[in-house]
Amino acid sequence: MSVLVYLEAWEGKFKKNTWESAFYAAKTAEMLGTEAIGLCIGELEDDPSEAGQYGVSKVLHLKGEAFTNFDANAYGSAIAEIGATNEATAIIISGTFNGKALAPALSIKSEAALLSNVVALPESASPISVKRGVYSGKGFNILSSNASKQVIVFVPNSLAPEATEGAAILEETSAGTGEIPMVNILEVDRVKGKIPLPEADRVVSAGRGMKGPENWGMIEELADVLDAGTACSKPVSDMDWRPHSEHVGQTGIAIKPNLYIAIGISGAIQHLAGVSASKTIVVVNKDPEAPFFKAADYGIVGDAFDVVPKLTEEIKKFKAAN
Amino acid sequence: MKVLVCISHVPDTTSKINFTADNSAFDKTGVQYVINPYDEFGLTRAVWLKEKQGASITVLNVGGKETEPTLRKALAIGADNAIRIDADPTDAYFVAKQIATVVQEMGFDLIIAGRESIDYNGGQVPGMLANLLGWSFVNACVGMEGEGNDYQLFREIDGGKEKLSASLPFVVGGQKGLVEEKDLRIPNMRGIMQARSKPLEVKAPVETENLTTAGSYSKPAPKSAVTMVDAENISDLVRMLHEDAKAL
Repeated sequence: MSVLVYLEAWEGKFKKNTWESAFYAAKTAEMLGTEAIGLCIGELEDDPSEAGQYGVSKVLHLKGEAFTNFDANAYGSAIAEIGATNEATAIIISGTFNGKALAPALSIKSEAALLSNVVALPESASPISVKRGVYSGKGFNILSSNASKQVIVFVPNSLAPEATEGAAILEETSAGTGEIPMVNILEVDRVKGKIPLPEADRVVSAGRGMKGPENWGMIEELADVLDAGTACSKPVSDMDWRPHSEHVGQTGIAIKPNLYIAIGISGAIQHLAGVSASKTIVVVNKDPEAPFFKAADYGIVGDAFDVVPKLTEEIKKFKAAN
Repeated sequence: MKVLVCISHVPDTTSKINFTADNSAFDKTGVQYVINPYDEFGLTRAVWLKEKQGASITVLNVGGKETEPTLRKALAIGADNAIRIDADPTDAYFVAKQIATVVQEMGFDLIIAGRESIDYNGGQVPGMLANLLGWSFVNACVGMEGEGNDYQLFREIDGGKEKLSASLPFVVGGQKGLVEEKDLRIPNMRGIMQARSKPLEVKAPVETENLTTAGSYSKPAPKSAVTMVDAENISDLVRMLHEDAKAL
């Protein structure tokens, strides 16, 4: 018996979220009285033995031409095969785009229950039950597995991983891609140096109050000093002021950063659905009646064009002093 | 070309979400239901395939009789026929099995589903369906071009986009970008009239196990009152974010 965790790397590099996955798996393994085993797929630049600091005892490395590009069925099938070899009863996947794409195939191939959109460590071990987000951030539900194996997909930023001493041992492994025809990846276009929203620790988001796309410079500057990701409201993405990959809310990306700063966003219920899980919410709006203030921790009534540059300056000062 | 569009019947995006007194279920009182927004993009994309390439569109829902108005709306938007599998959709594997069975019986070339439904947010059915059928799967799909058998697709990935190609049959987990918001079709009077006489077939579910059981529901803890900061004293905000919120 074991808990297997997919340690996702992008272009050979691990992200903060990778170690959150390792930590999730180690804690789950503790609950189940077994060990956590990591799995990396594809060529690596970073050292996977670091997973040991988060409680993973061993990391398996799957390489090969067939895994150069992502395919949901192929990755799902390979992880299922390695899960079976290692007698995994729980497989942990982080809810990244690729994680969410491969998890259903993985669950079918493993004959496992799929527990997704999970927001915390399992509530109980026998049967495995988890707390999951439902109704787009407006509710939670306890879901339990009726199967002997489970795939758990957790929402990034659900846990604060704690590092200790330790290094995982490394082993090579092999697996097939299954029978299903794979898609052909033609181009991967990843914005360099940008923090992907689902795993961003801080997010600066702006809405129609910015009056036009030409005014986003100050939003990006604020995000820069905060090492934050940038996001936007639905109307802003619908008007093409910003790419729709930045749209957070009910029909966009749901996020749960440590700090969410909303500028010139009124706070429609659909927007709140996607961001209300943020730990601290700061709202800047010139309308004191904006509904978003009711959902905020801190509010400033004021003109974005006045407040945002000042806030950027104050944070620069704070950083210089600390 | 036969296209299947999976339709979830979900509370309108503006709905206030409440649970029953014993927290065992969603409280449907006063809630308006709509086509799942993620499915709407896929439905309009299917209508384009119909207009450009003469595809036929079947829409399908797993649910009780109360979901039929939602299916009729999909017919009014441009689908040719509808199927309702008469079962309570409480488990993703159960739902995927039901749809896979219909696909195997009737034969389709392309399945477009929403990447997730806005009620359970599981994002499970499209990928399970593809795997059960042995079809390729493109999730978080934000664009699809091509005709005949071969398509170029775009999918969202963390921090970017991927361009890929796939050949029919495949399953798309769609979202905005498949068509843009402004391109979404809404039912017109002629469509609504025609929808009344389009076929809506009710099928009994096939026997399948549920792999999960839903327990109690809860709402997020209410936020404490907002602390207002004067726009002239932004240094106060920075201090509080550091000292109280530990966010800096």
